[in-house]
Amino acid sequence: MSLFSPTLSPITRRRLAVFRANRRARLSLWLFAVLFLLSLVAELIANDRPIVMQYQGDWYLPLLVDYPDTEFGGFLPSAADYRDPYVRDEIEANGWMLWPPIPFSYETLDMELDHPAPSPPTLRHWLGTDDQGRDVLARVIYGFRLSVVFALILTAGSLVLGVLAGGIQGYFGGKVDLIGQRFTEIWSGLPMLFLLIILASLVEPNLWWLLGIMLLFSWLGIVDVVRAEFLRARNLEYVRAAKAMGLPSRLIMWRHVLPNAMVATLTFIPFLFTGAITTLTALDFLGFGLPPGSPSLGELVAQGKNNLQAPWLGITAFITLSVMLSLLVFIGEGLRDAFDPRHIQYTASPDSTAGPTRKPRDA
Amino acid sequence: MPEPLLRLDDLSITFDGITVVDKLSLTVGRGETLALVGESGSGKSVSALGAMNLLPSNARVTGGRWLGDTDLTALSARGWRGLRGGQVGFIFQEPMTSLNPLQTIDKQIGETLRLHQGISGKAARRRTRELLEQVKLPRAEELLDVWPHQLSGGQRQRVMIAMAIANEPELLIADEPTTALDVTVQQDILALLAELRDHHGMGMLFITHDLNLVRRHADRVCVLFQGHEQETGEVSEVFRQPRSAYTRLLIDAEPEGRPPLVSQRSPLLEARQLGVRFQRPKRLFSRRPAPFEAVHPLDLRLSPGETLGIVGESGSGKTTLALALLRLTESTGEIEFDGSRLDRLSGKPLRQLRRRFQVVFQDPYGSLSPRLPVSEIISEGLRFHFPELKEADVIRRVQDTLREVGLPENCASRYPHEFSGGQRQRIAVARAIILEPELLVLDEPTSALDRTVQKQLIELLRDLQARRGMSYLFISHDLAVIHAMAHRVMVLKEGKVVEQGECLAVLERPTTDYTRALVKAAGLSLSTRTIS
Repeated sequence: MSLFSPTLSPITRRRLAVFRANRRARLSLWLFAVLFLLSLVAELIANDRPIVMQYQGDWYLPLLVDYPDTEFGGFLPSAADYRDPYVRDEIEANGWMLWPPIPFSYETLDMELDHPAPSPPTLRHWLGTDDQGRDVLARVIYGFRLSVVFALILTAGSLVLGVLAGGIQGYFGGKVDLIGQRFTEIWSGLPMLFLLIILASLVEPNLWWLLGIMLLFSWLGIVDVVRAEFLRARNLEYVRAAKAMGLPSRLIMWRHVLPNAMVATLTFIPFLFTGAITTLTALDFLGFGLPPGSPSLGELVAQGKNNLQAPWLGITAFITLSVMLSLLVFIGEGLRDAFDPRHIQYTASPDSTAGPTRKPRDA
Repeated sequence: MPEPLLRLDDLSITFDGITVVDKLSLTVGRGETLALVGESGSGKSVSALGAMNLLPSNARVTGGRWLGDTDLTALSARGWRGLRGGQVGFIFQEPMTSLNPLQTIDKQIGETLRLHQGISGKAARRRTRELLEQVKLPRAEELLDVWPHQLSGGQRQRVMIAMAIANEPELLIADEPTTALDVTVQQDILALLAELRDHHGMGMLFITHDLNLVRRHADRVCVLFQGHEQETGEVSEVFRQPRSAYTRLLIDAEPEGRPPLVSQRSPLLEARQLGVRFQRPKRLFSRRPAPFEAVHPLDLRLSPGETLGIVGESGSGKTTLALALLRLTESTGEIEFDGSRLDRLSGKPLRQLRRRFQVVFQDPYGSLSPRLPVSEIISEGLRFHFPELKEADVIRRVQDTLREVGLPENCASRYPHEFSGGQRQRIAVARAIILEPELLVLDEPTSALDRTVQKQLIELLRDLQARRGMSYLFISHDLAVIHAMAHRVMVLKEGKVVEQGECLAVLERPTTDYTRALVKAAGLSLSTRTIS
């Protein structure tokens, strides 16, 4: 964007420096990034089919391609089940298979448990299994990914909607603002939870339905902040100067008002993000969330509650959620501080040192 | 030399290792006013606050400090509380924020009486009333139960003074007590302070940047520059024979000179019966009150290359008039700019015409978007109005303009906060003139700047006008600046034109009382210059 500096602008560089100086935020970001990247390739880590294999001299990629059972000496035309002892023995006799470190996917039922499900942590199931015999670790990995992706999309969506609505209300003010405000007030009075529950009985709630419904309401939180910022900024002198220059409203909003309103909005993002995750978890816990069988942390919490004799379920769910949310809050905190102009130290002029002292009220 | 009251010996103040005040020594005697003078950032306020232990904890104050016989360096926290507001009174710059908005006047003044003298109830109320009368507030009885927001700036400053003198302090520290006020009010407040000083035998430490005020209202003066004491002495001597080069620079920094002459041609801008009214809010079930007339209908003409100065105090409608002319606020009447009727245009045609009339605002800190680099700020209008320009041309134009307003070229990629007030104002000028406008509206462009910087900016503006033949609409409350800039002048009061005409004629032979008061309050340097 910048005219003479093709690289990062100084203000961005300074923000990065502030963020980096915050050790907790930096470590959290790294940790979260690693966890998220790992979860993105969850199929390579936890899966019920081998990554690659060789059978009778031919190469196979079961991860990407569905081979029928008949390929490996079976007689069913359906997809091969590599965990089936017959298929496994057949393949291992005529080649080899490379399994992921966790040979279970999130919906794999382990038929060879030596304990009744839920079974405690063993070498086979590092975090034990849930009450249907599914590997908890695999479900946590997939559940983590689902939660984060869900929260990411929801946050981005509500950010766009909220900034748009708040920006228009704040910038134009007057009647637009009045009507917009009343509308958002009424809208925010609608009970989201009940809508979701009603919906759950009407349609099969999948990820997109949930996202859509929650998006209808989650942007309301941002509107007030953005509106206030735009309302304040539209009378600032540099906005007036831009108007006097003849720039059209959309350019003024985009280039002059929005960047300054984003700081206030950014402070909201961590809350929005964690809020999205907790809402999804809560819905799943209550049973109104994702369709049964989906890898969801909320369902794991519910299982922990129903199976108090199997503490690994509750403990795993608790640790996963608290680590994820804490990391996000730390990152959000660091981001907010980095974008806060008061945290940006510029060359101290005597003016700026004298500034904050002008407020005693002793007289 | 009267009996010394406040004595500072080699006072030094450092903030996190940065020295802000370096070895300042001064004394304030009983019944005298010492003016502490310097430009912004020279450490004048910091010295006063440091002497009274009012700085935040990251400041380190060293050196001897005495108030009468009390050693201030050895004072306990309890001792300080008794001292401040008791023996030492403070008046701060911002009357708008120095009063608690949630308490009535009676309560706020009564509080200091209760804390320091143990007076409360009826007695405190009586004393408060006396104080309000002492600071010459009319209708003192009514004002007791009034909230700060119901008072004007001058009235609030009087309340602040009443609060400061409530406990009959020996020393009064006035930190730019009149800077936020109109010039005519300024004189009244300072006269009042002098009267109170003589009446109570107080010593007064008067912090200001305005040499005119020093000349008229102080006994001795101490000049500070970047935390270093430049010189101290009797006011008359310092002004007649300044010893330090910096003091000389300050005294010479009065804006001078006159704008280049122009020949009268057909007007570039003409307004007929231009007025602005603001609708007052309507209460439920009541009739809508009459609208507030910010600018009463007036006529205005501006020729190419000419400067029209608009003078008035705060609330006189000068800025509103400018905004109306720029079509940034709703107005009635006709505005004609170079043959086209501005008041009838809207939308795209108006936006395209805006290139030809630009504006520079008062606040150099608020008028530049803090998140854009200077190059973007300056080139924005150019890119919008001339989308056909190539990137290289834009860069060249930006560089040329930066050079023209006297800024180094390497500042293009820097951000506004890296610049001082004067430089920012130059950036604002560059942003306006890069579009090659024919009319430039300057809304108090110099009033937030130090005198020395002000002078440079005025010279730049005059220079630009001579080179480019722009017309200026120059708004200011400062008659010295108007004198240096304007061909013709228009005096506004409460939205009405009080007087208008040729600049010199109006300033030298004002015909109305109001203009005369303005000239008297601010224009003394004018008369001194004409004499010398």
